[in-house]
Amino acid sequence: MSSYKQASEDASGWQPRIVAFLCNWCSYAGADLAGVSRFEYPTNVRIIRVPCSGRVDPMFVLKSFERGADMVLVSGCHPGDCHYTTGNYHARRKLLALREMMSFLGIDPRRFKMSWVSAAEGSKWSAVIRQITDEARSLGPFESFPTFTLQEVKK
Amino acid sequence: MTTVTSLTRSLREAAAQALTSGEAAVVIGYELNDGEAAAPAFVRAPEDAERLIFDESCFGNLAVYLAKEEVRRLGKLAIVVKGCDLRAINVLLRENVVSRDDLLLIGVRCSGVGRPALRKCSFCEVRDPEGCDTVVGDPPEPPPTDPGKRYAEIEAIEELSMEERWAYWQKQLGKCIRCYACRQVCPLCYCKRCIVEKSTPQWVETSPHLRGNIAWNIARGLHLTGRCVSCGECERVCPMKIPLGSLGDKMAKLVDEWYGFRSGMSADEKAPFTAWSPDDPEPGIL
Repeated sequence: MSSYKQASEDASGWQPRIVAFLCNWCSYAGADLAGVSRFEYPTNVRIIRVPCSGRVDPMFVLKSFERGADMVLVSGCHPGDCHYTTGNYHARRKLLALREMMSFLGIDPRRFKMSWVSAAEGSKWSAVIRQITDEARSLGPFESFPTFTLQEVKK
Repeated sequence: MTTVTSLTRSLREAAAQALTSGEAAVVIGYELNDGEAAAPAFVRAPEDAERLIFDESCFGNLAVYLAKEEVRRLGKLAIVVKGCDLRAINVLLRENVVSRDDLLLIGVRCSGVGRPALRKCSFCEVRDPEGCDTVVGDPPEPPPTDPGKRYAEIEAIEELSMEERWAYWQKQLGKCIRCYACRQVCPLCYCKRCIVEKSTPQWVETSPHLRGNIAWNIARGLHLTGRCVSCGECERVCPMKIPLGSLGDKMAKLVDEWYGFRSGMSADEKAPFTAWSPDDPEPGIL
């Protein structure tokens, strides 16, 4: 039962913090299904339910990083399946632009993830979380964002 | 005092004509100034049209005045535009900030501004402004332009490793004093209430430390994605000499490559963030 947790425990006790914005109609239901189906996945993910992935403003993502998230995930309905028809298409353009901007500034774009998880994909949800938690673990603490200080401006 | 060029002379005639006929209540143009940049001029009487000039010191983007309420109250506006300024006006038209019926566009055929010529002039494609009510000046004899160099500056940054890019931008954005000159001069930053002034919640930290500076510049960059016309005004006015133009250029390159979109080329276009396609690229989505 706890095999996954034991395997992933860091020697220093550090655990990655992952903030996940899930659309109400697909990914949140998919995560719910994963729970109901008793699929195991790491507990590092903090879920925030939003009406649609299109609701996620890039500022949400930046704020999460500022407040100490090691990784941010935005998950919505598969293209073509959006409850509001086109919300996930807008999310895709807007949030990939954020990721490109992060990359251009030298902020590790691997810290920002997107996924499409439908309400029927409980197993995909648990696989996605396992995958990104492992990646967050290997990337280590995301220190750039929270550790900006005034000292850096002074020099 | 320099001699009046034929371009300036025909510009003055066009302005006086617009004011005399009542087509416009005010002409926004350029006038002589002590500094290197020509000053913006608001001409409201035909005889004052003699103040107007056009030469290589006229590099400011006057489109910034069109969205300002105090300017709109002056009445119907005529504005002197270079091809590059017209791109910004096209975005304002597309976003219904101004109506074409309320505008008289006096286009100038421009052969490059700035001493030495601005970087954007070296790959200018809009020397002949299209869609203006009147166009003054001879067809320009353009110096050779190279649109391929449009993204050369940011490609040099992209070639750096991630750590090098981070070091570069930490140094650059660390200089920001949050004066918001970039926002004030931008013809497309016309929100009545900017996100940086919203405090419940406080999206962007307002004190000038790197964390707030990064958030501010990312927010500004994303708000201008698919809108920025690379006029370079933000970079020109930045008192800390931060290469802000490359942030706008980066996003311009992105929408160009991914969505085949170039902002401001016409007033009928649909901005990338208001449009979508099922076939949009989605690298890295799980």
